[in-house]
Amino acid sequence: MNRPKTFLAFFTLLAGVCACFQGAINPYYFDILMMIGINIVLGVSLNLVNGYTGQFSLGHAGFMAVGAYVSAAVTVLLGWGFVAALVLGGLGAALAGLAVGVPSLRLKGDYLAIVTLGFGEIIRVVLQNTEAVGGSRGFSIPIRATGLFGTYMAAALTVYVVVLLVHSTYGRGFLAVRDDEIAAEAMGINTTKYKVIAFVVAAFFAGVAGGLYAHFKQFIHPEGFGFLRSVDIVVIVILGGMGNTPGVILAAILLTILPEGLRALAGWEVLPAGVRGLIQNRMILYSLLLIGLMLTRPQGLFAGGGKFARWLKRRVSA
Amino acid sequence: MKPLLEVERCTVQFGGLKAVSELNLSIRQGEIVGLIGPNGAGKTTVFNLITGVYQPTEGDIRFEGHPVVGRRPYQITARGIARTFQNIRLFGSLTVFDNVRTACNMHLRHGISHALWRGSAFAREEQEVEERAEELLAIFHLDHLRDVECTSLPYGDQRRLEIVRALATQPKLLLLDEPAAGMNPTEKVELMRLIQFTQEKFKLAVLLVEHDMRVVMSICERIVVLDYGVKIAEGTPEEIRNDRRVIEAYLGE
Repeated sequence: MNRPKTFLAFFTLLAGVCACFQGAINPYYFDILMMIGINIVLGVSLNLVNGYTGQFSLGHAGFMAVGAYVSAAVTVLLGWGFVAALVLGGLGAALAGLAVGVPSLRLKGDYLAIVTLGFGEIIRVVLQNTEAVGGSRGFSIPIRATGLFGTYMAAALTVYVVVLLVHSTYGRGFLAVRDDEIAAEAMGINTTKYKVIAFVVAAFFAGVAGGLYAHFKQFIHPEGFGFLRSVDIVVIVILGGMGNTPGVILAAILLTILPEGLRALAGWEVLPAGVRGLIQNRMILYSLLLIGLMLTRPQGLFAGGGKFARWLKRRVSA
Repeated sequence: MKPLLEVERCTVQFGGLKAVSELNLSIRQGEIVGLIGPNGAGKTTVFNLITGVYQPTEGDIRFEGHPVVGRRPYQITARGIARTFQNIRLFGSLTVFDNVRTACNMHLRHGISHALWRGSAFAREEQEVEERAEELLAIFHLDHLRDVECTSLPYGDQRRLEIVRALATQPKLLLLDEPAAGMNPTEKVELMRLIQFTQEKFKLAVLLVEHDMRVVMSICERIVVLDYGVKIAEGTPEEIRNDRRVIEAYLGE
């Protein structure tokens, strides 16, 4: 990304043009496109923590939930605008990130994963028991404010922040923390500060993604932000390649389309009935595909080697 | 003149084992001090003590009069103590240049907002960092390897890169933990020349752990000998060479 501001301007334009055709898109495809955008925001932001900084967080859906509920409460209960709701949702999640991050980032590996997992569950249970936002009945948002423009702008902004952050002398500190914490400290890097920054920035964008999601689906429910949602995001990061932003973007696209693609394939009459029956159990096939991918490409689908990956990397790196 | 670093009666105890006991050590500005001793004598423990990786069980450490005990390693580095590691600890996924650049991090005037906004102040500072890193790499003949992944370097180059990285933090005291390990005699001579050159150029004090006696004897003004965590001798190379206790520690009676 040699000219970052050009990149942002380009995406603003692109998202704007896409938004013009929004009405013409079949609602089913529209739904998929929206979920791709939201998953890019989630995957790329989590990649800052799990990929670049090397801290294994399993609580991303928790931050998404905070963002979704805060932003929904802002538009529904306070009656404020959508953009303000998104920003406040992000800030709320960032605050939660700070509260969870400061004490728990002393832990490493599995232990951090367990703490963040616990945090996600706490958020879910708290929301379930908060009557003001619907409790376990869920929370309806009467206005559908999220469109393609907002979603893809948020995605572009996430990519912008994460990539620029990492490709600077300051941001190399994240990678140093991942590679060798003791050496990083010895080189004058405050590892705790770096970990907390990564965590808070990632939580902010997870919150924004939550806000987008809430104002797109118009109904949010605590169960929708459980452990499995966190795992989905981690899978996007791992499949795309830890610390590989273009890879994570592609993985977000692929993993959003894959279940839908399998659904379409199951309805394809040319295939023999047996094969179609197998595809019909698409979640099993989806899991098998994931296992296969991890066995053959543990470094991530789009890591290193390929011509395409290298080309992308050249494009993206400053 | 007050010494740069003062270690006073420091003891490090791991359970029943005294890794270092009642160590006194002082280093003056611009001096090269050798720290030698048989395997397991506690040399690396002394390094970890000074850089804040371990805390002393007893005793006190001061650097330029400021207390070191209880500080985090990055705070101690910020005060001006940098080190290399016996078992190389480079940032494995980064290039040679990025390894050095990362160590310049501490001296950045601009933080996260500049990295995101990318204004002219940011560009100027990145330029400064790049020039500094390239200058240091050139001194150690690593500049042509700038964009190589550091793990693909030969062992000797990795050791030299660790020194460059430590120098990039702009230290006043440099701790080198076996910098010549795994190098051939010609490389060792060259490395020693470089250490002396940088020591004079940047007016550094150097504390050097090394097993090669020829190396230690040739560049150190003063040598401290440890055995089983106890300082058994201190003096000029000539004195150490003829010290009966030192010969005993190395060769037995």
